Amino acid sequence: MQIFKPSSTATLTAQKSVVNNLNFYYGSYQALKNIDMVVYEKQVTALIGPSGCGKSTFLRCFNRMHDLYPHNNYEGEIILYPDNENILSREVDPIEVRMRISMVFQKPNPFPKSIFENVAYGLRIRGVKRRSILEEKVENALRNAALWEEVKDRLGDLAFNLSGGQQQRLCIARALATDPEILLFDEPTSALDPIATASIEELISDLRNKVTILIVTHNMQQAARVSDYTAYMYMGELIEFGATDTIFIKPKNKKTEDYITGRFG
Amino acid sequence: MATPETRSPKSLRHSYKRNLKERSIEMLLFLAAFFSVFITFAIIYLLISESFIFFEHVSIWEFLTDTQWTPLFDDAHYGILPLVSGTVVSSLVALVIALPFGTIIAIYLSEFAPFAVREIAKPFLELLGGIPTVVYGYFALLFVTPLLQTLLPELPGFSLLSAGLVMGIMIIPYVSSMTEDAMRSVPMHLREGSYAIGATRFQTAVKVVMPASLSGIAAAYILGISRAVGETMVVAIAAGMQPNLVWNPMEPAATITTYIVQVSLGDLPHGSIGYQTIFAAGLTLLLLTLVFNILGHLLRKRYREIY
Repeated sequence: MQIFKPSSTATLTAQKSVVNNLNFYYGSYQALKNIDMVVYEKQVTALIGPSGCGKSTFLRCFNRMHDLYPHNNYEGEIILYPDNENILSREVDPIEVRMRISMVFQKPNPFPKSIFENVAYGLRIRGVKRRSILEEKVENALRNAALWEEVKDRLGDLAFNLSGGQQQRLCIARALATDPEILLFDEPTSALDPIATASIEELISDLRNKVTILIVTHNMQQAARVSDYTAYMYMGELIEFGATDTIFIKPKNKKTEDYITGRFG
Repeated sequence: MATPETRSPKSLRHSYKRNLKERSIEMLLFLAAFFSVFITFAIIYLLISESFIFFEHVSIWEFLTDTQWTPLFDDAHYGILPLVSGTVVSSLVALVIALPFGTIIAIYLSEFAPFAVREIAKPFLELLGGIPTVVYGYFALLFVTPLLQTLLPELPGFSLLSAGLVMGIMIIPYVSSMTEDAMRSVPMHLREGSYAIGATRFQTAVKVVMPASLSGIAAAYILGISRAVGETMVVAIAAGMQPNLVWNPMEPAATITTYIVQVSLGDLPHGSIGYQTIFAAGLTLLLLTLVFNILGHLLRKRYREIY
């Protein structure tokens, strides 16, 4: 397993967000139990664990996606810096949170619009109207998503005409266009072939210095390849959290070790 | 090596009994499908052949350009325009009501309404579509017209405006129900993509969900238009039955459908020119709705949903 980042620098970075005693309920079912964790700024944090362990549920707390459905309940805190505010608080507007914490989903979900309009969507809903600004930001986002060279001559084409991997990079560009502070990835490569997966992983590595990244993955090699920190979750609990190389080489918890070595999961 | 056990080769062959059963079921299904197509063509054939007799007496040019429709008078004129204008004006009034309201209701029910509200509101809305049209007609004549007359004192007792408004109310459930179905069929992950970058419910509904369900919405609108053009009872009761070439909804007028009712109820001798007029009028109506259906079909093909 190849691990290519220095863990020493990782410990020096600032905290972007701190999770304190987070519980989450789907109706009466408790999906997350007493989670404490730190998200470091401009680092990649991977959430791993077996299916149904709550990693996607946890990720979706960060941009209040659970608010879209009835009977969901948060308890505890996710403090966002530099505001030092609990984003789960009732006084916080989820739309404001999502303006700053954006998300890329498991299945590419481009809108039924042109490539250009897909990327410009976030800017348009924020009221950006001037063509020159839109064009500049769309180009930047597409370059950052490593898609510009492939689509620059057909920005007016429908996004559905792109391949699966290109669609996912388009969705990343769409999320990047509005300069989010945190980017959430929910198993972004599980619907893609190995080549497209490699390009998305490379992209996530490239983005680590621009934006704080949280990624849910069921693929442990992927977590090892792209992340600086890893959290192992099981049955709604956070079992172990630490620098990725520590977690993968010398896990402290027996459960983590069993999962990582493939004895379980 | 042992020889394999053999059976009679007949066991693998077609079974006569099963064949017969399958064939007869297939035939029955075919006949059912064929029958509805046959009826459609029979109606079209009847309309065209009977209209042919009409057009032997009246030139197509006169039919399309004469501004009077008085086939039952001594001074007979056979211009379809007054009936077309009545149909178009009453339909436009209805659509000005039905399309915006139907769409707004659909957006609310599909994107905003809590589950409980939707479950209660939808059956009520569909009930509105189950009220007999003759009731709507009297509602227009006895309630809406007097109400409008308090606002517009010069409004006559029969008017396209009153009939059109009520027709619009009548069509709202068709438009809203189909539009809502189309919007609800948009997968949730598309909405989540929009919410995830900070869009509001309204922005998501208008900028993502509606474009994604455009073909379904177009189909709903086309159905609404077809219903307005083909509606008979409300206009027969509330719009008066005088064929007037008017484009002002504040006037009484006849539509194609009300004229056909009027003549069908009278006892005109079979084969007389007055009798033949209803086939020419019917053919015009058929062509009008055909145009909208083809338009709807093209729209559906042009904007078919891809997720």
